[in-house]
Amino acid sequence: MSTSVAPAAAQEPRRPGKLGKAPATARSVSENRLGLRLVAPAVILMLLVTAWPMIQALYLSMFRYRLTAPDDKEFVGIGNYTTILGDSLFWQDTFNTVLIMVITVAVELVIGFAFAMVMHRIIFARGLMRTSILIPYGIITVVSAFAWQFTFSINNGWVNSWFEWLPWIGPDTNWFGDHWPAMFAIMVSEIWKTTPFMSLLLLAGLSQVSEDMLEAAKVDGATWWQRLFKVILPNMRAAIMVAVLFRALDAFRIFDNIFVMTRGAQDTESSSFLTYRQVIEQLQLGLGSALSVLLFLSVLLLAWLIVKLFRVDLAQARGEG
Amino acid sequence: MKKNNLGTGAGFVLILVWCLLPVAWIISLSFKSPEETAAGSPQFLPKDATLQNYRDILDNPDFLDALRNSFGIALIATFLSVVFATLAAYAIARLEFRGKRAVLSLALAIAMFPVVALVGPLFDMWRTFGLFNTWPGLIIPYMSFTLPLAIWTLAAFFREIPWELEQAAQVDGATSWQAFRKVIVPLAAPGVFTAAILTFFFAWNEFVLAISLTSTTGSRTVPAQLSYFVGPDPFNPPYGQLATASVVVTVPIIIIVLIFQRKIVAGLTSGAVKG
Repeated sequence: MSTSVAPAAAQEPRRPGKLGKAPATARSVSENRLGLRLVAPAVILMLLVTAWPMIQALYLSMFRYRLTAPDDKEFVGIGNYTTILGDSLFWQDTFNTVLIMVITVAVELVIGFAFAMVMHRIIFARGLMRTSILIPYGIITVVSAFAWQFTFSINNGWVNSWFEWLPWIGPDTNWFGDHWPAMFAIMVSEIWKTTPFMSLLLLAGLSQVSEDMLEAAKVDGATWWQRLFKVILPNMRAAIMVAVLFRALDAFRIFDNIFVMTRGAQDTESSSFLTYRQVIEQLQLGLGSALSVLLFLSVLLLAWLIVKLFRVDLAQARGEG
Repeated sequence: MKKNNLGTGAGFVLILVWCLLPVAWIISLSFKSPEETAAGSPQFLPKDATLQNYRDILDNPDFLDALRNSFGIALIATFLSVVFATLAAYAIARLEFRGKRAVLSLALAIAMFPVVALVGPLFDMWRTFGLFNTWPGLIIPYMSFTLPLAIWTLAAFFREIPWELEQAAQVDGATSWQAFRKVIVPLAAPGVFTAAILTFFFAWNEFVLAISLTSTTGSRTVPAQLSYFVGPDPFNPPYGQLATASVVVTVPIIIIVLIFQRKIVAGLTSGAVKG
């Protein structure tokens, strides 16, 4: 299919004038039509599984609807929303989610940047380094959660014996018996699994910082820290922001680690987990749908906040500007 | 200069330990005997390495079913997603058409979509359509959620392809099919392949939909099956078997990473920093 099109398209100017409309020649009309046809299957698929169910959720969220008693379906308006927003569990879970997001992203940014610096400098064993950094990235999150659960396990874990010299850790430290230690274990698993992704994005940004500029700063007598904060970081701004945006929204959806490690015990539940529990375990489709809508809105708000706050220009960062 | 090299070397060792220690840990656990883990065995290496867990897990029909489901669902979703993404990315990289930006924004929005928000409505819809607990019931959402990543990666690759070469080949007497087959396909193949690897990782890893939209081993994938793997005594999970199953499902990932590391890194970063 592409064969018949490619030569025709190649003769076209890539961008027919930044301003003003391109004249509607027969060729540009047919190019337009072909473009729409080629993207149509992907667009329809993406909308089919997101937009449509989301509308469905909006509708269901206005009913009291439990699958165990489908005949009691009853219109309650915004009743489900007021129930949720008046419930302390919802706020506890939202707080947990935001806390996990902020801490993991901050830690990953620091560790990921350190990793990126090492990978940028290293001249030997690059293949080995790439392979090992990609293993946490590729590993199943559930597997990572199990590996860390066993690491922190009271009977079979090595953390208690290796770190016994720390005053607050003993052979009987039960990491999953209390809120904060359990949250800590969950965050460790999350950070371990996703730091490589962060470091690869940062590495790509780092390699775009011009060596000449760094050399010039060095000649002018800038210290290592000055070069880092005045030259390297400002020049990587786009890469850092893209990494933060993606990871923050990803961390906000945290589910797998909590499901495997604590099942929400010790108040470690996240917003995603609460939604899942309402729908799948309690079969509360009405209440669950309202939670879905709220979750969707929080992600939108979060994305908007990050983009506004850090003035991320994604189009520019992606080279589409 | 010398100090710098030392720092880099130390950093190198640190990164290796960070990335590989948990993997080494589950491998070591997988060789501990069930008796050893039941009694509590906090030391890192097994006392008596045994293959008992591997024998048990490869005899476990539930695990084998899950493996089959995971491979089937992930491969089909990857194939279809990459086909659709290739069409879309070609149009985005090569053609001028209205709504191009809207497509890219839609893809971005879906990449950030909270998957769990769909669990309720999809659960309801899939039960109505008879897609609940079937392969297509997972394949369809996996395609939708991997399309954004695949489209970006491919669009970034396709922008870099010198398409003029195709015409040059035609000028030199190649038919348009030959020009496409011999010139464009070899140039585009690495990008398509990279997108396929990233898509496969996603589908192989996915958990939320896998536990919500399945109910039996007929379509439950490995991550979901692992989370249900409790064993006879709920207060004493079968550490060894879980670790062994984890090792078994990590092997394909390690093989893919070993062979294609360069491509994966290129694919992960191509869309994100510059187009």
